Amino acid sequence: MLIKKASDILSSEITPKSLYVNRRRFISVGATAGVVAAAAFGLHKLGSHSEVAHANTKIEGLQKSSFSTTETITPYKDVTNYNNYYEFSTDKYEPAGLARNFKTRPWTVSIEGMVKKKKTLDIDSIIKLASAEERIYRHRCVEGWSIVVPWVGFSLGELIKQCEPLGSAKFVEFTTIYAPNEMPGQKIPVLDWPYVEGLRMDEAMHPLALLCFGMYGEALPNQDGAPLRVVLPWKYGFKSAKALVKVRFTDKQPINSWSKSAPSEYGFYSNVNPHVDHPRWSQANERRLGEFRKRPTLMFNGYDQVASLYSGMDLKKFF
Amino acid sequence: MLRWFKPFIFLACLGPVFRLGWKAYTGVLGANPIEVITHSTGDWTLIFLLVTLAVTPLRKITGQLWFIRYRRMFGLFAFFYACLHFTTYIWLDKFFDLHEMWADIAKRKFITVGFAAFVMLIPLAITSTSGWIRRLGGKRWQALHRLIYASAILGVIHYLWLVKADIRKPVEYGTVLAFLLAYRAFEQIRARSHHPALASSKRTTILQS
Repeated sequence: MLIKKASDILSSEITPKSLYVNRRRFISVGATAGVVAAAAFGLHKLGSHSEVAHANTKIEGLQKSSFSTTETITPYKDVTNYNNYYEFSTDKYEPAGLARNFKTRPWTVSIEGMVKKKKTLDIDSIIKLASAEERIYRHRCVEGWSIVVPWVGFSLGELIKQCEPLGSAKFVEFTTIYAPNEMPGQKIPVLDWPYVEGLRMDEAMHPLALLCFGMYGEALPNQDGAPLRVVLPWKYGFKSAKALVKVRFTDKQPINSWSKSAPSEYGFYSNVNPHVDHPRWSQANERRLGEFRKRPTLMFNGYDQVASLYSGMDLKKFF
Repeated sequence: MLRWFKPFIFLACLGPVFRLGWKAYTGVLGANPIEVITHSTGDWTLIFLLVTLAVTPLRKITGQLWFIRYRRMFGLFAFFYACLHFTTYIWLDKFFDLHEMWADIAKRKFITVGFAAFVMLIPLAITSTSGWIRRLGGKRWQALHRLIYASAILGVIHYLWLVKADIRKPVEYGTVLAFLLAYRAFEQIRARSHHPALASSKRTTILQS
């Protein structure tokens, strides 16, 4: 239904930047009309939000993907300055600055648990496992906002095949790096560090599940999960773990960090579902960054092709 | 007190909204301007509630009686920021869909308490004038204005119930509020046990100043 083929469109070809900027300004002015006159007092702190230069290495030879949406891509500067990345800070505007000196090389990922042979893979060999694609996905945060991001990577299944999991492995668990000296947020026990997420094997093998190491045609910025993360567009954003150092195969359902912190509010599945509210707020609508009005949230964030993974399951119970 | 001091404080209290307006005008409110406006106006409501509640303890501790002249202004600024906060919600979150708003208020605990905290401030703002103090009479006026305690408590709970995991900020507000309320409780107990008669006459003095 809503998944339009966008194989001919690259992120750079969609909606000129000036349009977003004008729209943003229109929204902001409207929102606080009446106080604008006060501007003359200059009681402000001039932010340096101007244009953020793309500083990362370009990724060459990107394949287009039929999974991409044709919706307007969220501006790069929003996706790189508004980050829920509690390892750095619980303030979404802070990771951009705090992650600047985060070291992503050398970097290895250990493959553990129910696999034929446990091993440690180097990041640079992982990203060469398959050809890189650009996938323009909707990304819906559990807090009720959403973005559209041109991620770069390949299906998570490609890595899993290389790991040779045993037939008895039913789940895959992802662990984020624990480096409190580089990640100041980890010094505060807001969550039980390191961050853990997980998927059922069939979810992880679904072609939509992306192993991601870039966005906007470049290497992933630190504040967006460099050097390696997963992107699961049909699930709330927190399922898409960042800065991965461990992939473990298991026969027991992993206990993911948010579920551990508040089991009644965040489940293991956490599929985007407008009919199952967060206990404290509605999930029926979302605010797409850059838009004034809220828009209705779609079942599985509009990725209906995953529905069969959950057939027969009560999604109110397995939220 | 210098004649320009009160207007100066008045303008300073408008600072946060000027700043927000300027940031909106120059387009530096970040990726989610509506969220910034919502959070900022909410924060300033709580700050002004706490500042208002700090006036009496500060006056008693320092003996600087003139502090009291700023209490009404701070209280009204709390109401002003609460109105902006509520307007952001009803306009930019609910788009004036009253049906949805009532559903939200009934269903979402943090909205219920936040709305209650806001509604409680309305009669206080209305009866903040000298005319109303006279009409109600000091005792009744003061009893009514104790609603600010409930409003501030509900305001902090509203914040606490809305955050995801990081409760540090609401806890900070809560701690300050607890001190301000504990001071009053302590004063009450002390006044009652030592000078029951004096305690009540003292209260009237506050109102007249």
